[in-house]
Amino acid sequence: MPNDSQQDNCDIVSRSGDQGWFYSDTVKDYFFNPRNFMRDEEAYKDAAMGLVGSPACGDAMKVWIRVDPATEKITDCKWKTFGCGSAIASTSMLSVMVLENSGMTLKQARELKPQDILARLGGLPARKIHCSVLGDKALRAAINDWYRRQGKLEKVEEEHGRIIDSVAKVTDKDIEQAVLEGADTLEKVQAKTKVGTGDPSCLPEVEQLIRFYREKYLGSSPKVEV
Amino acid sequence: MKSIYLDNAATTPLDSRVLEKMQPYFSDVFGNPSSFHAAGLAAKKGVDAARKSIAALMNAHADELVFCSGGTESDNLAILGLVRTNKAKVKHVITSAIEHPAVLELLTHLQKAGEIELTILSVDKFGLVDVRELEKALRPETILVSIMYANNEIGTIEPIADMGRALLKWRKTHNTPFPYFHTDACQAAGVLDLDVEKLHVDLLTLNGSKIYGPKGVGLLFVRRGVEIEPIIYGGGQERGLRSGTENVPGIVGLAAALEIAQAEKEKENVRLTKLRDKLTAGLLKIKKTKLNGHATERLPNNVNISFLDVEGEAAVLYLDAQGIYCSTGSACASGSLDPSHVILAIGLPYEAAHGSLRFTLGHSTKPADIDYVLKVVPDVMAKLRHMSPVNLDMKYFK
Repeated sequence: MPNDSQQDNCDIVSRSGDQGWFYSDTVKDYFFNPRNFMRDEEAYKDAAMGLVGSPACGDAMKVWIRVDPATEKITDCKWKTFGCGSAIASTSMLSVMVLENSGMTLKQARELKPQDILARLGGLPARKIHCSVLGDKALRAAINDWYRRQGKLEKVEEEHGRIIDSVAKVTDKDIEQAVLEGADTLEKVQAKTKVGTGDPSCLPEVEQLIRFYREKYLGSSPKVEV
Repeated sequence: MKSIYLDNAATTPLDSRVLEKMQPYFSDVFGNPSSFHAAGLAAKKGVDAARKSIAALMNAHADELVFCSGGTESDNLAILGLVRTNKAKVKHVITSAIEHPAVLELLTHLQKAGEIELTILSVDKFGLVDVRELEKALRPETILVSIMYANNEIGTIEPIADMGRALLKWRKTHNTPFPYFHTDACQAAGVLDLDVEKLHVDLLTLNGSKIYGPKGVGLLFVRRGVEIEPIIYGGGQERGLRSGTENVPGIVGLAAALEIAQAEKEKENVRLTKLRDKLTAGLLKIKKTKLNGHATERLPNNVNISFLDVEGEAAVLYLDAQGIYCSTGSACASGSLDPSHVILAIGLPYEAAHGSLRFTLGHSTKPADIDYVLKVVPDVMAKLRHMSPVNLDMKYFK
């Protein structure tokens, strides 16, 4: 997570000029020198693939993997990302993490969390964290695709929870997790999950869920906006 | 490495001639204009001369200018000052969908707080407000119309004088002094005519930081007879409308900057328009691009293009790495999740709004700079599009 001193040392200023942010050298490196990005989709037609997000909500990520059927270790991982610097750097880092130490097992890869990627990137400014939450989902979608292609349907794990936003593929579990991490308003939950950016019609349900989880875990309702 | 600054709509460098005029007012003529001694009087002289000079450029009276801290404060003073001073039960305000946040955020806040009723006029695909739409929105309770002179993102120049005439006519037929007409001229001040009689405005906002003047200084023109309340209280400077010791070097600098801009604008506008059109034509040669804003009713320094399949912030960072400084209306660059309200207001879908880039030229921009930009941008776009899964897979999602 970013610390305060990073926020002071900003090199990009927002459109409205209200705040700056700062990217770590690692983020810049993985953004400007993307690792493992897909150069030849034709050659990967046989690889397992996962895709999440949409250009409408500002991020779309596509991940391809090849897996050794004997060990179920990932032997190759390629990606394409439509998104900002954080989004590109996150997917770039994800591909490296998945492949290092002779490759993660699919079980390990399924447990990869955005927080793990963030830690390796040296953190992202708080406002940019939501840009990094799609890569691991695309990876899990690719893993499911691999099992399907292998005919191991029993190993296909649909995302836990119920899909609330079908465009951003956000589930009730994601919202629960966001509330647990301290997002107590719709805006904060959106910043973490991007819920409702592609499909605003789900927002009333999202607000209900936030209220529900807040009461469950924090014993209070979200502040009412005036 | 090259550094080509094409973000002059964000802010401009200080003109060295302006700095020279400001210089004495930091340490030599440092007095408080409210003091009665010679040091205070010298400072007051500087402020008075600046006020007179700016008033002349705007075809206004010196006592119609209120100096303040910048564009945002000036917008706030105009709107809050007018709304608060008016004791009518129902207060209706009209604005446009593409205003600067200093206007739009304030007005929507006042609306939510129940202080005003608000009509936000939509704009056409070029970003123009329709004068007839404005006329249709007018009500007996309308106390204020606030429409910007030129848009900061897409550079569209609004027909302010036409709107001003329509409002004059409405007031005459309804026999009322209302609504007053406010325009934010921050983007226009350096390049367009500021004659308040020709524009028929009652309140006008401008600032120093977009016209090669100092940051932290701006002004509000308030036509004689228009009553507004202050939003800052204290020692009663600026005829009680803006308390606080005057920013003397800033005010002197603002006047100097405006004098230079207005004197040189014809020549400079011709030069910038040529460069603007060259850059626009060159960028539009890249496939899947679109010019945002109006082709001709446009600030001479503004180029705003949407590049499909590319996210704006990523493009800004890659261009930054090549020494080209521009900006984006992408959501990721703004901290909100929605892309630019201006780009959405002209009817672009979200997909295209995320990939808009704004290049704003300035005094320092040379033809060779445009050549360099036109050499670099296609490569950056090709690289980002290569990295992007969007395009082929759009259908997959929809």
